[in-house]
Amino acid sequence: MIYLDHNATTSVRPAVLAAMMPCMEEQMGNPASVHSFGRAARQGLDYARRQVADFFAVHESLVCFTSGATEANNLAIFGCAGMRNQPGHVITSAIEHPSVLEAFRSLEQQGHEVSFLDVDAAGRVHPETLRKILKKETFFVSIMHANNETGVIQPIAELGRICREHGALFHTDAVQSMGRIPWDHATFPVDMVSISAHKMGGPKGVGALIMERSLPLKPMLVGGGQERGRRAGTQNLPGIVGLGAVTQWIADHQMEEIKAMKRLRDHMEDELSATVPGLVIFSKNAARIPNTSLLGIEGVHGETLVMNGIARPCGHGGCGRVGNECRANQHGVEYPIVGAGTIYSTIHTHCGRVASSVALAKNIIFLNLKY
Amino acid sequence: MKLPIYMDYQATTPVDPRVLEVMIPWFTEKFGNPASRSHPFGWEAENAVEHARVQVATMIGADPREIVFTSGATESNNIAILGIARFHKARGNHIITTVIEHKAVLDACRHLESEGFEVTYLPVGQNGRLDLQLLADTINDRTILVSVMAANNEIGVIQPLEGIGAICRKRGVHFHCDAAQGAGKLAMDVNALNVDLVSISGHKIYGPKGIGALYVRRRPRVRLQAVMFGGGHERGMRSGTLPTPLIVGLGEASALCTREMVAENARILALRQRMEQGIMQQLTHVSINGDTLHRLAGNLNISFAYVEGESMMMAIKDIAVSSGSACTSASLEPSYVLRALGVNEELAHTSIRFGLGRFTTEAEVDYAVRIVVDAVNRLREMSPLWEMVQEGVDLNAVRWAEH
Amino acid sequence: MAYNEKVLEHYEKPRNVGSMDKNDVHVGTGMVGAPACGDVMKLQIRVNDAGVIDDAKFKTFGCGSAIASSSLVTEWIKGKTIDQALSIKNKDIAEELALPPVKIHCSVLAEDAIRSAVEDYRKKQKGGADANGN
Repeated sequence: MIYLDHNATTSVRPAVLAAMMPCMEEQMGNPASVHSFGRAARQGLDYARRQVADFFAVHESLVCFTSGATEANNLAIFGCAGMRNQPGHVITSAIEHPSVLEAFRSLEQQGHEVSFLDVDAAGRVHPETLRKILKKETFFVSIMHANNETGVIQPIAELGRICREHGALFHTDAVQSMGRIPWDHATFPVDMVSISAHKMGGPKGVGALIMERSLPLKPMLVGGGQERGRRAGTQNLPGIVGLGAVTQWIADHQMEEIKAMKRLRDHMEDELSATVPGLVIFSKNAARIPNTSLLGIEGVHGETLVMNGIARPCGHGGCGRVGNECRANQHGVEYPIVGAGTIYSTIHTHCGRVASSVALAKNIIFLNLKY
Repeated sequence: MKLPIYMDYQATTPVDPRVLEVMIPWFTEKFGNPASRSHPFGWEAENAVEHARVQVATMIGADPREIVFTSGATESNNIAILGIARFHKARGNHIITTVIEHKAVLDACRHLESEGFEVTYLPVGQNGRLDLQLLADTINDRTILVSVMAANNEIGVIQPLEGIGAICRKRGVHFHCDAAQGAGKLAMDVNALNVDLVSISGHKIYGPKGIGALYVRRRPRVRLQAVMFGGGHERGMRSGTLPTPLIVGLGEASALCTREMVAENARILALRQRMEQGIMQQLTHVSINGDTLHRLAGNLNISFAYVEGESMMMAIKDIAVSSGSACTSASLEPSYVLRALGVNEELAHTSIRFGLGRFTTEAEVDYAVRIVVDAVNRLREMSPLWEMVQEGVDLNAVRWAEH
Repeated sequence: MAYNEKVLEHYEKPRNVGSMDKNDVHVGTGMVGAPACGDVMKLQIRVNDAGVIDDAKFKTFGCGSAIASSSLVTEWIKGKTIDQALSIKNKDIAEELALPPVKIHCSVLAEDAIRSAVEDYRKKQKGGADANGN
């Protein structure tokens, strides 16, 4: 069985697990305790916070650890809305992760006006579309950095700049781009970023919201005053240490990783295009994260292909329980999409495995084409 | 014996090695997302999550479908309190809790006050327990929720949950119980207790940090509004990717508690009594805070008069404990829990919480007693208050220059 | 509670713990703070005929910083004249012990203790002088 669903989740890197282990064994204190166990835990927490802060070139106090990206996205959205006394206008795109879309729907119920921007044929939010829809009441915009299904990279530098000119806060969900696009703090005018550890080789159950400057976000979870009052609850120390370690790992290795992932992905796409008639590689010419490949063939339903074991289905009913957020037509394609293959890291997916997955894919596709 | 000795089991517990062992594979080789419905990596993760759900449910006599996984007890408490209040606000706006609840409950209630809810914070007796008659008298026709903890984190006092449950059921009011300190340590049966919502924490029961659970009753069905929105995981009550390794850990930790609770409580209680006697026999002017009978086996909260808590912690630095002293809290106020028991501020400043647990040994207890007695004697020699008391001065009659 | 080494050193080996006869006219006793606030400091000074503090003792109920502040003060004021002792400011104590902001009140208390002890000594001297009819 070959796993090509690394955008859904991926395994913990050995070095990251090694960093986490002591916190689950002898260094088991609560960072809020004042005794030696607590102080050791606090040091681990501070170290991880510095690792994440350094990656984004912000002050440590601007990193808020959460239970994951869903919470980080919710905190950004509800936190910013909660800073205001009256409803206003907020903008997001139609292709965001459910944790963004559902939070915006909830804002809509609370009386805010919500605009869901459509994407163009290449799966991109066009900066001009954003510019046109901004208005006086717009206070918050959230556009993801890279889409989990198509891998298409959004022009967040331009989008952020437009928001800044307009005076609206700009948040980006960078869950899929971490480690796949180098973070460029000099040219990304972003006010808030959400990240998730388990999408980049860290543990599940931890994420962070990183702010570019201090914002008095209204907390969602209260009681205990942790994370400067932005997020209550005993910190998940092993998880946070894991998030710090994986962020550091990415800072040190992302360039070689990106190159290796791209080589594998392009190889797979070339092989498949050469042998599978009617294969469509979605957004092939758009800027994409280097590990993602969204494929479609006319007449072949995604489920069948995936059930035979190569990748994740994307299309009608294929997105698990999420609902219809990633319907193919929202990505601007008319073909049923058969597979969202994602490739992850030289460490985990060496050439042999990809080669065999390509072979497998071909077999399955041909098999299906017979029907 | 290894130093320092950990005696702060109510703050957090180490992960039981048996728990850690079952967690590890889920970080690495079995790393699928339980929400991935289309391939075996997802299926095996989902199966593991469902197995853990059964283990957690069994610990409190619940149905697995009534267990919602969260990031910890703080989140469980927030979902329960904010979620019930917001969903049922058309029915009423009154909430009842106690003054000695955990901050997660108190702050959630305060938060609701800003949303127009009315909250009654009930006092507790000198022993730290809630008076059932007072509760019954406080419920009115606008009351929608009663939130009372199973056991207090500072003094270990166990509340009369069965009585509270009976009153709430009779009056048709939701009963939420923050059992971060009680689950796994007390025999809890959600049906016998008539409780509607129960918060559980992983890291207080030898499981991992970053995971908890909320029990939400199905019959009669308890409905609440989610705090976090997203993929609609956990029956829409809590969105977000399920952290399989942590959930597996919480499940295993729950199973161990269920299996070993009786024997473990007996062993820990004997250790606590040994410690209590060792200290009481060698020191005067020492008092135990909170009920001694209705109490978690592992909690010993003592005030050592005339010895300030933080300096005490420094003196016994090889023993990790916590203190109700203002100097160890962020707020610079002495413990609000002890104050609620009517413990005066001075004694609150001198309180030390010894939290014993699964890995505490008799040798550690004996060592701790020796260190504590020495430290108290040394610090009292340094204490002007102790000197005055020895001279027969009534400290209450002294006019202090308060600052 | 991550204390500076100097605080720990004073806490582990406090200087001049003890008491002097509070009825001695050469001894001034200062008692500041309150049990309810979690810190009480008793500072005693003995002043010789030259107006120099030749001995100092303390007892403190309080946190590590409070104990360290009082211990430090006894060390500093020994051998100093009363006026020199009065010139010690809480800032000096806080700096020497590198006290964090939440512990500054301990140094304030120590400064108050010096004042209070001197005041008591002066009152006694005045009273003593009156009693002697000088």
